[in-house]
Amino acid sequence: MAELKLSGIVKNFGAVRVLHGIDLAVQNGEMIVIVGASGCGKSTLLRIVAGLERATGGTVLIDDRDVTALEPAARDIAMVFQNYALYPHMRVFDNMAYGLRIRGLAKDDIKRRVQEAADLLGLSALLDRRPRELSGGQRQRVAMGRAIVREPKLFLFDEPLSNLDAKLRVAMRAEIKRLQRRLGVTSLFVTHDQVEAMTLGDRLVVMHEGRAAQIASPMEIFERPADTYVAGFIGSPAMNFLPATITEDGKGARLSDGNIIALPPGQFAAQPGQKVTLGIRPEHISLPGPLRLTTDLIEPLGSESVVHGRLASGETMALRLPGAPPSATVLEIAPRAEHLHVFDAETGKRLPPPA
Amino acid sequence: MQRKAIFNNKLLPYLLLAPQLAITFAFFFWPAGEAVWYSFIRQDAFGISTQFVWFENFTDLFADPLYHQVILNTVIFSVAVTVLAMGFALGLAVLADRHIRGKDGYRTLLIWPYAVAPAVAAILYIFLFHPDIGLIGRALKAAGVAWNYTLNGNQAMLVVVLAAAWKQVSYNFLFFLAGLQSIPRSVLEAAAIDGASPLHRFRTVIFPLLSPTTFFLLVINITYAFFDTFGIIDALTKGGPGNATQTLIYRAYIDGRVNLDIGSSSAQSVVLMIAVMALTLVQFRFIERKVHY
Ligand SMILES: Nc1ncnc2c1ncn2[C@@H]1O[C@H](COP(=O)(O)OP(=O)(O)OP(=O)(O)O)[C@@H](O)[C@H]1O
Ligand SMILES: [Mg+2]
Repeated sequence: MAELKLSGIVKNFGAVRVLHGIDLAVQNGEMIVIVGASGCGKSTLLRIVAGLERATGGTVLIDDRDVTALEPAARDIAMVFQNYALYPHMRVFDNMAYGLRIRGLAKDDIKRRVQEAADLLGLSALLDRRPRELSGGQRQRVAMGRAIVREPKLFLFDEPLSNLDAKLRVAMRAEIKRLQRRLGVTSLFVTHDQVEAMTLGDRLVVMHEGRAAQIASPMEIFERPADTYVAGFIGSPAMNFLPATITEDGKGARLSDGNIIALPPGQFAAQPGQKVTLGIRPEHISLPGPLRLTTDLIEPLGSESVVHGRLASGETMALRLPGAPPSATVLEIAPRAEHLHVFDAETGKRLPPPA
Repeated sequence: MQRKAIFNNKLLPYLLLAPQLAITFAFFFWPAGEAVWYSFIRQDAFGISTQFVWFENFTDLFADPLYHQVILNTVIFSVAVTVLAMGFALGLAVLADRHIRGKDGYRTLLIWPYAVAPAVAAILYIFLFHPDIGLIGRALKAAGVAWNYTLNGNQAMLVVVLAAAWKQVSYNFLFFLAGLQSIPRSVLEAAAIDGASPLHRFRTVIFPLLSPTTFFLLVINITYAFFDTFGIIDALTKGGPGNATQTLIYRAYIDGRVNLDIGSSSAQSVVLMIAVMALTLVQFRFIERKVHY
């Protein structure tokens, strides 16, 4: 159990800067999920925390101790890798005991700790196997077990579920969450799967091109995304975006086809004439309304339907409607004002609430 | 689905194989068969009469103290060459596997010795170790060491071992490097996070994971030291001084070509053939099912 504090983490690979100053304070026992598109620097950030990669700038504090220059071994952390990185020539027991032996624990102690972890993870019957004699899910558990027995200050997970099939992934996701709660170990979990991120994290770090676009709780990120990137990244199908201009009275936004959409009162500090991007999630659109949508694809999902179409002004839109798919090819729709998001068209940032 | 033979003509496949079969027969089966035949025969000194003597050539051979000496030489030579060539190669491969500047050039240079002909390698070592003209030889003498490998048997053994090992380092290096690079980085990183020092990592993770490579190279190196070092020994010491650097293969050559004792030489060749077969068998038995894990 520990606190983790990152300040101004910068990382260059040669001339290329892949992390542009990340600040993050993680509380004791918190589970932070780092999520973002491929190549945005998630793994790099995690490896800097682990000590596998040297930061070009910034500091890493674990329990107020500066570990920026320390070797991984000196940081008292454990990591679960995407490919599990088990020692292929060692039995499951030895895989889990490896770190304990290096720490010079007594034989009985090692045995007890490994046994406990194995019981917790349902590995007791597999202790004599070698990694290649295990299924993917079992290997994943061994990797978890190897992290747990060490009782580290910090758990680091780099996409540990991405090599599992869909069903197992859901099961292991719940198991990791339960385990983390029970052990109360501060954790960083990297994934590019937004469902994993939403369900696992106490807080999320949404990364975009080497920057933390938003750090907040899952609901906060869903309800108040900080910019158009976060808004489009979290949620499925993705949020719809419509370019618009704020009306003279500042109470509405005019779409390119002249339709005016009322803004929720008292939520956004919008200047008359300002160019904005309106965001509306597919589930926050109702019938009937002023906008005409020509449907071109309907996905019935049973309890609801996802309708894709095109507005008269040319923008594509997706909406989720409860019940059976509509039969009409032209729908008259209305964004629900209370769920409207307004972003500055130029910077992509969410407009602040009025002062 | 099984494809039927593409050739309709029954003769054509044999015709296409014929050159290879002819070469194998002419340069391998025929001489090998002759060696087996001659090993049971004794000729008088003038080559006039021959006599079938059953296993007498073999019993004489193993009763000969000189042959015992040669066996011992071979064992010492092979063990020394194998240990040196593999040890050095492993060290160099570990260095090359690290992310060092100019590693590509370094790797290329390390591969060169393998391409050098044995005679050229021997001349290189003469220029290094010759007591009068050799770079190191003269330095040793200047430093007060009684260095002369043309007279001192142990020193001669040392020089042929060095030359033979040097030539084999490249080959071992390539395999060790490939072996090292096939170890996933994340496994080593996991060990580092588990708290293992670089040395401990090498001992408990890298070396065990290299064991299939190591075992393969062990057999290859012993085979090399036994059979493939004739050129180096011949060019460097001619088996001397005395019989100090005569190995089994060199002795077979001396008895056959210099002493013209075809019977004994053939018997020695048969002994060597059996040794090759044994080594090949070991290789197949153990390499097929991987060592250790
Ligand atoms: N050792 C390296 N040398 C040079 N560039 C690197 C190195 N490691 C990563 N990068 C670059 O840094 C960027 C971030 O990589 P990183 O592995 O952190 O991405 P990621 O967010 O984990 O992506 P993914 O979801 O695909 O795993 C990428 O553009 C990558 O090409
Ligand atoms: Mg990654």
